Amino acid sequence: MLTMILKRAGMAIPSLIGVVIVTFLLTRALPGDPAAYFAGPAATPQAIEQVRVKLGLDKSLIAQFGNYVVDLAHGNFGTSLTTGQPVVSELITRLPASAELTLLGLLVSIIIAVPLGILAATKPNSLIDHACRIATTLGVSLPVFFTGLILVYVFYYQLGWAPAPLGRIDVFFDPPPAYTGFYLIDSLIAGQPETFMAALKQLILPALTLGIFSLAPIARMTRASMLAVLSSDFVRTARASGLASYTVIVTYAFRNAMLPVITTLGMVFSFLLGANVLVEKVFAWPGIGSYAVEALLASDFAPVQGFVLTMAVMYVALNLLIDVLYGVIDPRVRLEA
Amino acid sequence: MTVIATTPQREGGLAALIKHSRYIIAENPVTGFAFALFVLIVLAAILGPEIVPYNPLTSDTAQALKPPSAHHWFGTDQLGRDVFSRVVVATRLDFFIAVASVVLVFLMGGLAGVAAGFFGGWTDRIVGRVADTIMAFPLFVLAMGIVAALGNTVQNIVLATAIVNFPLYARIARAEANIRRDAGFVEAARLSGNADWRILAFQILPNVFPLLVVQMSLTMGYAILNAAGLSFIGLGVRPPTPEWGIMVAEGAQFIVSGEWWNAAFPGAALMVAVFCFNLLGDGLRDMIDPRRRT
Amino acid sequence: MAATPALSVEGLSVEFRTRSGIVRALDNVSFSVDKGETIALVGESGSGKSVTAYAVMGILDPAGKVTAGRAMLDGLDLLHASPSQLADVRGRKIAMIFQNPRTALNPIRPVGQQIADVLIRHGNVPRKEAPAQAVEMLRSVGITDPARRAKAYPFEMSGGMCQRVMIGIALAAKPWLLIADEPTTGLDVTTQAVIMDLVNDLASQMGMATIFITHDLALAGQRSSRIVVMHAGHVVENAPTRELSTNPRHPYTAELIAATPDSAASLDELASIPGSLPDLRRTDLPPCRYSERCPRKIDACAQPLPYAGGSISHIVACWNPLPASSEFEAKASAA
Repeated sequence: MLTMILKRAGMAIPSLIGVVIVTFLLTRALPGDPAAYFAGPAATPQAIEQVRVKLGLDKSLIAQFGNYVVDLAHGNFGTSLTTGQPVVSELITRLPASAELTLLGLLVSIIIAVPLGILAATKPNSLIDHACRIATTLGVSLPVFFTGLILVYVFYYQLGWAPAPLGRIDVFFDPPPAYTGFYLIDSLIAGQPETFMAALKQLILPALTLGIFSLAPIARMTRASMLAVLSSDFVRTARASGLASYTVIVTYAFRNAMLPVITTLGMVFSFLLGANVLVEKVFAWPGIGSYAVEALLASDFAPVQGFVLTMAVMYVALNLLIDVLYGVIDPRVRLEA
Repeated sequence: MTVIATTPQREGGLAALIKHSRYIIAENPVTGFAFALFVLIVLAAILGPEIVPYNPLTSDTAQALKPPSAHHWFGTDQLGRDVFSRVVVATRLDFFIAVASVVLVFLMGGLAGVAAGFFGGWTDRIVGRVADTIMAFPLFVLAMGIVAALGNTVQNIVLATAIVNFPLYARIARAEANIRRDAGFVEAARLSGNADWRILAFQILPNVFPLLVVQMSLTMGYAILNAAGLSFIGLGVRPPTPEWGIMVAEGAQFIVSGEWWNAAFPGAALMVAVFCFNLLGDGLRDMIDPRRRT
Repeated sequence: MAATPALSVEGLSVEFRTRSGIVRALDNVSFSVDKGETIALVGESGSGKSVTAYAVMGILDPAGKVTAGRAMLDGLDLLHASPSQLADVRGRKIAMIFQNPRTALNPIRPVGQQIADVLIRHGNVPRKEAPAQAVEMLRSVGITDPARRAKAYPFEMSGGMCQRVMIGIALAAKPWLLIADEPTTGLDVTTQAVIMDLVNDLASQMGMATIFITHDLALAGQRSSRIVVMHAGHVVENAPTRELSTNPRHPYTAELIAATPDSAASLDELASIPGSLPDLRRTDLPPCRYSERCPRKIDACAQPLPYAGGSISHIVACWNPLPASSEFEAKASAA
């Protein structure tokens, strides 16, 4: 098991190197001149040139890349031009916000999509089956920011059930002490139930937005996988043995069907990381997505590089986690590897 | 559970396809509906600018932000432009973005994939590395980066979408090419002196096409959503060009003040189109490989 | 002979709805199995023997439908029972084992647990004691070191062992009737014999009736007291084994016997049955589905078949059967 993990981690390294290179090149290609920006609007050409030298931007691209890699090795992701803060510290504060939102969105999605998929598979080609397919496809046919806007319009503007989309927690509350950065967990650890509720209320709509967006692939894969498993030989044996319906569908069929669904989760998480960026803009969420977008539009490349690299590492870590989970459920992977 | 029957005689190509399609549509009316919708969209794309009542670009600030009425079926936007006309005319651009992205990614990913599967060795490794690197990025973020770096024109949006979907197409094409590398008709082509690239382009790639056509339908939907998302951040097409995504993005700010039609109608059009492409993709999948019906 | 049979199939007809038409897979199939009796259901691929079993067990493919008939098991018509009645009876009174034992077992569940599931469900065994009893069950099907093996997964076991496990699952709740659908296909010859012995032994220990489904007439002849021959969804002959092998009366049975390697003196003499199965989607199928390839066809064959049920010992569904030998003719007229 451990060897498998190390092997997979090793295989991911070339991709990460590729990510670093591509990000570096892309950000260097961004329009705008950071030196001019940094020097200020009233600077003379000589002053700008001085700033350029100070920032190391006069060196060749290769040399700049070299410096960048060395910095990375020291955990230095550079400094944001727009905020003046080191990118690393900003990422550390903002990452939990995005992670909490994405994970909750994924959870919402799983809770809705998996039962739907199972239901659709037990009654294939029925009205329920078609209805599930249409509903989930609708969810994924809307731009994710539009879904968010509709939810805000209906639940905040019209019905007043949800709070204003103004970030992680209502202004009247102090955020909980930062153990993990996850407001829900931290408020529970600190024994602050009202803070927990306040944070939860703010999380509902954006998490629902992300959830709706990822319903379709999860439901579709659950349905397809369940259909395949329900017509398999061993389910036939289970039925022929007269096992109870619940045992057949859940203990025998579902556990086997979950395997491809878990691998799909990795892909879905990647979608969500991208969609995160848009949702954070709609709900004014102080996460890394909004951080990166603002930086991108201002041609501030250090945060963008840091963001992309973080995302890539997170994605690799998540896929590893999924492989491990797969191994826990499927003994064939565990024992034959 | 085997069914007791002898294999039916295979009827000739097109007739069989039509009969099979009719069976699938009868089993699954949703697919038939998607087909009809698709035709409607194509018609709107082709005829759109000719049949709309108003010029989509003419602004008339006196008429700004009027709700839907008999004069303006979908209301007017913040510059007094007729939303209905803009939505219909935008069909052409969005459809173009969808089709262009898909053609480009099919060629790029398809050719790279079949080359990788056919030649193996270094070609395979390089294509693999490129695909892995692309996949290590959250895809939307990569698209954002590409458009930000190269400039937000329609061509770059199409290019970004193609690049982001490249790994998926390359992977499917590669798997197929691997299988067919030693197929009879390939050997025959080789023996009759065809250069490798000709074999790739004219023998293998067309065989890979049916597998990819399902994915292409889904990618068409994705391309439009991508363009919309980019517009929302400010990296989409430039105003005043009518495009569903930018119309929703611009209209978004008016939702909270109650002028919902600005964003709702282009949003609905967008949703209908993407929905149609998704259902079409499912239907195509049923037609091509009944074993893998989703 | 007058006691209620363990299973009585009467007039079973099954249709399948397919893309290219309706397949009349079974037509008026009737036979019965007495308590403790072992019979064989024999026929070539596509004859409908597996479909019969699946219909009786109620696990037909969704495209299949029982259009007529009854299958009486202990007073319950299996073909018209409710899902809960069926789930109650399956495993407890009637059980089935399948071909391809490896794929027929849950790949991610230890085999001992799979047996325990049946014990808990049907055997009135408390959850805590089930694992131990499962181990005992594994022992009784001849698996060595059963305590350790109970925790193993199917992919860690050989085909023969998997089949033993499946037998264990099927017999865990001591059913009255076991249907064995080609249980030895895919196993090597030695293992085949061992598995068949195992089933026979357990059946006689438990007083259980068995239906062996096989395309191998020789195998059927060795293990069963009665053979039911099927062709294209019909029962064509139903007789005690010895009678059938020495005096087959249906032309098809005779061809089948001639095609069995055992009975041919050499490979050159090995006959093959001319023609092939008729297309069961045809709406113009003749009443006797063998008639189109039958060398003994006469005009009478256009009529509906003589009813192939009843309590006579040797049933033949044919208008022009092969002559009965004197030995058995006397028996037949006396019955």
